[in-house]
Amino acid sequence: MTPPARTSAAGIPRALPQYGALVAVLLANWLLFPDFFTIRLQDGRLFGSLIDVLNRGAPVALLAIGMTMVIATRGVDLSVGAVMAISGAVAATMTGAGWGLAPVLATSLAAGLLCGLWNGLLVAVLRIQPIIATLILMVAGRGIAQLITEGQIVTFTSPGLAAVGSGSVLTVPMPVAITVAVLAVTGLLVRRTALGLMIEAVGVNRLSSAGAGVNTPVVLVAVYAWCGLCAAVAGLIVTADIRGADANNAGLWLELDAILAVVVGGTSLLGGRFGLVLSLVGALIIQAMNTGILLSGFKPEFNLIVKAVVLMIVLLLQSPALTLFLPRPGSPRSGSPHPRTPRPAEPPVKSGSVKSGGVKSGGIKPGAGA
Amino acid sequence: MIQRFLPLIVTSAVLVVGFLLCAAQFPNFASLRVVGNLLTDNAFLGITAVGMTFVILSGGIDLSVGAVIGFTTVLLAVLIEQAGWHPAAAFAAALAVSTGFGAAMGLVIHVFRMPPFIVTLAGMFIARGMGFVLTTDSIPVNHPLYGVLNDVALRFDGGGRLSLPAMLMLAVFALAVVLAHWTRFGANLYALGGNRQSAELMGVPVGRTTVLVYALSGGLAGLAGIVFSLYTGAGYSLAATGVELDTITAVVIGGTQLTGGYGYVAGTFVGVLIQGLIQTYITFDGSLSSWWTKIVIGALLFIFILLQKGLLAVWTGRGGETAEA
Repeated sequence: MTPPARTSAAGIPRALPQYGALVAVLLANWLLFPDFFTIRLQDGRLFGSLIDVLNRGAPVALLAIGMTMVIATRGVDLSVGAVMAISGAVAATMTGAGWGLAPVLATSLAAGLLCGLWNGLLVAVLRIQPIIATLILMVAGRGIAQLITEGQIVTFTSPGLAAVGSGSVLTVPMPVAITVAVLAVTGLLVRRTALGLMIEAVGVNRLSSAGAGVNTPVVLVAVYAWCGLCAAVAGLIVTADIRGADANNAGLWLELDAILAVVVGGTSLLGGRFGLVLSLVGALIIQAMNTGILLSGFKPEFNLIVKAVVLMIVLLLQSPALTLFLPRPGSPRSGSPHPRTPRPAEPPVKSGSVKSGGVKSGGIKPGAGA
Repeated sequence: MIQRFLPLIVTSAVLVVGFLLCAAQFPNFASLRVVGNLLTDNAFLGITAVGMTFVILSGGIDLSVGAVIGFTTVLLAVLIEQAGWHPAAAFAAALAVSTGFGAAMGLVIHVFRMPPFIVTLAGMFIARGMGFVLTTDSIPVNHPLYGVLNDVALRFDGGGRLSLPAMLMLAVFALAVVLAHWTRFGANLYALGGNRQSAELMGVPVGRTTVLVYALSGGLAGLAGIVFSLYTGAGYSLAATGVELDTITAVVIGGTQLTGGYGYVAGTFVGVLIQGLIQTYITFDGSLSSWWTKIVIGALLFIFILLQKGLLAVWTGRGGETAEA
């Protein structure tokens, strides 16, 4: 029972499917479109399909960074799309009212942070389930964004704010540079301090991590606040890119793409161990598939189905591993598999070790076997 | 006994007080016509919400319902208008497809032990995607039967009419109450939602119940799609976006606990009506913008969740320690 869990838990083999999938999707794109890897420098900025994938993938990648840590605490943040709409609405409306770039950026980031704090307080202090707690802002958030823009699509012409979406830093498009910067800051915060460990601890078992001295409410609030901040940055990029704020459609369904990216990246929805870089790889896989579908001349309508199929495949691949990890959250029974349903995933996993006795009694076997 | 029904009582009181406030402000509000329209306009939402209530009672969630409604309207339009099917045959096909789709999701959830949230999310993508693949246009349905069905109504004095969708919704709610409280399936459902492991040890057929409940939710979403198709007279793959959230909101406002195992179908009915009431009020007022609907519903959702938490804390004598995930 345990050996397969260990092997799949070892760092490098676990990440292989994600990198493999990314390479496969990129190669498929290259086969469809031989110029795919061609990158040229024009007007001091890099151009090319690959750069395009990075650039367009940036908002979802940013959301995925925040979402990864929320999911690692065994939560989920459904409100990120609405938070994007709010921060975009704030930025566009303030710019339209004549404010300078610095206060505009500061205020819209603060708005995102505030939304994240709200979610965090609901989850950490009021102990509302994350899906529901963030559902509140998901429903109300778009209303708030429309309240800010007064139902209009607010456009602006300020080159300063527009540069956030379409400018470049050292030839790298601004959205990509921002994403890398956010990733670096987040990585430093969670991997160079004990914060990452605490996040994983809260995700595995909130009660026992609190018992072990982790200040769970603070960790949770911080994680949701950071997720809100990431969403605000993504909202700024989208708004700056189209030079306008559409409260109805900005970030619509992107929360689902972000969750998809995190899941494809291998972070379990049951909380615990997380991989920031892998979530980014997940976001890139999704974007590269989108681009590939467009390049291949398929109707973009197939996009959703392809996404769903990929999601199911990834989940199915993880499924036996998921089953093996399941006993861990319920610590009292850790080690011995719980007496739940007969596991249909069982025979393929340990077909070699199944003794001739338990042909039909799959439900009892695992308990006896361990 | 009163404790058990307290969330239901509070929700109903909110509906009654809200309706009275509306009636006090707009004299025409308290008429059978408005009530009839309230039922008709929210029929598809109510039917979907019944399925969602069952899924949530079993401890799961179904994010695919809005997409299934959209897909059903497209399927009906394509079958009737382009393939020349009789609407009755198309209805049967749509119900079969949506029920099968739900059952397949339930099977995946049970067999591979995946979180319902993510499986039904994939289901949502697939259903929307299939709708897009069929057509991205909005196809009007001009079959005469649609006109006939839309004219079926019980008429009351003062212009009030109980339309076929409204009657259908009321019937679904009535059947759902029976199913939830007076059948073995209902008992299994509550047991499963309360505690999966204990339910299994008690001999509840967990797999069959899980598959059935998602099949039921899918089938009811298909029925809601038929109602939506009758209501709008068209098939459009982007129809009913966000309905999954509206239904979840209705279920929560109706007092069902999202952790499963506790709640009433009747509460969901009241929850649907409260949402409809807010919309009707905003239409009556005329000066309020539509986005206030979202903000008010968000606020209501928050208040009701707090209320549930408060009640739970009072009952158990502690601050809701059990609600961890």
